[in-house]
Amino acid sequence: MARQAPIRDVAPTVQRLRLRYAKRGRLRFTSTRDFQRALERALRRTGVPMAYSQGFNPHPRISYTNAAPTGTASEAEYVELAVTSVLDPELLREALDAALPPGLDVLEVVEVCAPDFAERLQASVWTLELFGVEPETARAAVASFLAAETIDVQRLMKTGMRTFDARGPVVRLEVRSDADAPTGGGTPDQPCAILDLVVRHVTPSVRPDDVLAALRLVADLVPPVPSRVTRLAQGPLVADVSSGAAMDAVTDPLAPDRS
Amino acid sequence: MPVESVFSQLEALLPLVNKPVQYVGGELNAVTKPWDSVSVHWALMYPDAYEVGVPNQGVQILYEVINEHPDALAERTYAVWPDLEKLMRERGVPQFTVDGHRPVGAFDLLGMSFSTELGYTNMLTALDLAGIPLHARDRDESHPIVLAGGHAAFNPEAIADFVDAAVLGDGEQAVLAITEIMRAWKSEGRPGGREELLLRLARTGGVYVPSFYDVDYLPDGRIQRVAPNRPGVPWRVSKHTVMNLDEWPYPKAPIVPLAESVHERMSVEIFRGCTRGCRFCQAGMITRPVRERSARVVAEMVDNGLAKTGYEEVGLLSLSSADHSEIAVIAKGLADRYEGTETGLSLPSTRVDAFNIELANELTRNGRRSGLTFAPEGGSERMRKVINKMVTEEDLIRTVATAYGNGWRQVKLYFMCGLPTETDDDVLQIAELASRVIETGRKVSGTKDIRCTVSIGGFVPKPHTPFQWAAQLDHETTDARLRKLRDAIRADRKYGKSIGFRYHDGKPGIVEGLLSRGDRRVGAVIEQVWRGGARFDGWSEHFSYDAWMAAAELAFADVPVDVDWFTIREREQTEVLPWDHLDSGLDKDWLWEDWQDSLSDVEVEDCRWTPCFDCGVCDQMGTQIQVGPTGVTLLGMPALPVRGEGLLAVASGSVEG
Repeated sequence: MARQAPIRDVAPTVQRLRLRYAKRGRLRFTSTRDFQRALERALRRTGVPMAYSQGFNPHPRISYTNAAPTGTASEAEYVELAVTSVLDPELLREALDAALPPGLDVLEVVEVCAPDFAERLQASVWTLELFGVEPETARAAVASFLAAETIDVQRLMKTGMRTFDARGPVVRLEVRSDADAPTGGGTPDQPCAILDLVVRHVTPSVRPDDVLAALRLVADLVPPVPSRVTRLAQGPLVADVSSGAAMDAVTDPLAPDRS
Repeated sequence: MPVESVFSQLEALLPLVNKPVQYVGGELNAVTKPWDSVSVHWALMYPDAYEVGVPNQGVQILYEVINEHPDALAERTYAVWPDLEKLMRERGVPQFTVDGHRPVGAFDLLGMSFSTELGYTNMLTALDLAGIPLHARDRDESHPIVLAGGHAAFNPEAIADFVDAAVLGDGEQAVLAITEIMRAWKSEGRPGGREELLLRLARTGGVYVPSFYDVDYLPDGRIQRVAPNRPGVPWRVSKHTVMNLDEWPYPKAPIVPLAESVHERMSVEIFRGCTRGCRFCQAGMITRPVRERSARVVAEMVDNGLAKTGYEEVGLLSLSSADHSEIAVIAKGLADRYEGTETGLSLPSTRVDAFNIELANELTRNGRRSGLTFAPEGGSERMRKVINKMVTEEDLIRTVATAYGNGWRQVKLYFMCGLPTETDDDVLQIAELASRVIETGRKVSGTKDIRCTVSIGGFVPKPHTPFQWAAQLDHETTDARLRKLRDAIRADRKYGKSIGFRYHDGKPGIVEGLLSRGDRRVGAVIEQVWRGGARFDGWSEHFSYDAWMAAAELAFADVPVDVDWFTIREREQTEVLPWDHLDSGLDKDWLWEDWQDSLSDVEVEDCRWTPCFDCGVCDQMGTQIQVGPTGVTLLGMPALPVRGEGLLAVASGSVEG
């Protein structure tokens, strides 16, 4: 005998909101699931009138998109909420930001006005701080990386070890100019090469870790200590005005909702 | 002098370890006070993994009580997994607190909460990583006072070498008294050094300092006597009992971790103590008398806790929650209040009777009725008389029939194996009981889509219980009995497929038995096995029985005792037990009578509903039972706030697109 979930009197969704949030400092070590729990609890504490699903285990209607891996910081994570009253986006932003711990910071909230948000997230902009690596060494490694057509790397995924190309989706990789700081982001004792990376979102996704693995493969580049990785942006790929025609820059994915 | 955070050193290691979030702190409701703003600094440790330790109520309560003190602070620390331990040793990173990431060695006091003895090796890891000498006698004024608390502290003899002191019983007032003694001693310029401080603590009669007691042994290995070796140190040390729980509504702001923990819910303790008199149950014996929190304060704690945490489930905790004299008012009141809010309520510990199902029904009005758990503990009627768990087979069948009839689909039954006087037949009756449960369940529910899970583990006799004299069953017999039960359940063609079977093998229980009824000679075993790499003994993937036995072989080489002597040996009435000088209030003669009664299947009532039977606690401790009913019929809480208040887009009709 199949069991019927109780039919509940569930208030309808009247508004959808998109959030951009940052994962900073020590809280970059939170996983996506850690963030999800923290957000859901913050929503309950702030009394946000969430829309709930039907079924045996009703859950709040929240969509998480393309979260940065555990251990990487981010300035551009996105979440969508469905609510049962029309809310003021800025009041919601302030309330949620105050309810979440410092380091999980709500930066923007907009009302959803246009569909297909996931399709707007075509690429990510990352910065990689390679402590203990001379910018010159990094530059040579990056040159070898860019010269290759494909670089197969391996990563353990839920389905087991997979091999995939880490070169193809990379549309930009460069070592930040050392005109201002000869040691990059480091000190004379501890040099630091800073890499700027733009990578297209493909399946399986190519993460900064995979690019580092590729740099090791092609140029034997092995930073002596773990590198610090931050996602600066994700959104539609466009041509960078300064660099000319190449589609290697990313714009604001919330722009269609703002218009 | 301020104590610096070691986070920057730790941070470099975190990308290299599993689940780094457990080490970063930053939890909601965590408190980090400036170091120099107070004179007394406590580090509180739950000596297991963060995911197990962080929900612990005892640590959360003391953390808050201490941090509310204007001249004290408390920070938390947990056992680090071996992957991080290895890196910390390589890079010289000390054991740290998750709040301020301060080195544990810099604190004045290190309080360790032991719910189970299997955390002892983790204590040694933490001491070692903190740079604190393992042996109390090697410490000087620069090291914290290491204090043990929690249920295992009622016999801390196995860790007497490693702790400076132990506190028995409720910690709320005890930590404040210790804080005051530490504060005064420091402000006086630490007169007399560590020895003087420990003397001041010991002379209160409420702090046990093992080094101030000498233990003499008889030639055959038994204890001859335990006697204080300093003037003014009492012969016996008393447990602490907090009276009037309404005055101690902690935790007021429960810690909400970012990492996933083993209890993804908020807990509110609705009463402390239990006088059901189950003879195996150390918790029930050492936490007497029963002290109820009033329905009103329970409701306020639930309300306030949900507002401060955002949890969606609240567990109403106690040793037997349906026994609260006003549980019906609490259950109905909370169910009414949170109806339609997606807030779940639960009674984690359940008693075998129909009333309990009514409560469970009330708490799950619109929710999902997945599983109910009952603990008959003994497989046969006779065994249940031996352990004083007054549940007949008919009670149990009637109760599960009510459960399945009310839409519950899964019933979990907890049992123990290896109880005193038990035979194979007593345990095999569990299989028959489970069959009857399924048979009844299918009949009343009209469906085969129901299950019963039998969960069983080996019984470990504990100090301060009537079974403290009993022989523990050896692990071979335990395992053989459990195999027979498994085979009997599997052989049940008609119902066996609906019966789940989960069991814990007997070996870890032997180590637990050694530690829980051990004396000071067991400390050498713990140190030996830890030096050989033992960690996280509560985790089956880390526990090694063989390592423990090999360590015991070495450590006991020169004494006339061994693991069997501590575990599977029955004690005589006259034997001095290692914990006799630690006073739980229970009268040893009463415990002995109750032990003898159990052997002749004589049951004892609950003193909440019958006259006092002189267990000794209230007389000895100057306490009394605190139970209702008070006559309250409504919780009388203000209305819940409307969701979205203060966030709405408009005050007057014009909703912008």
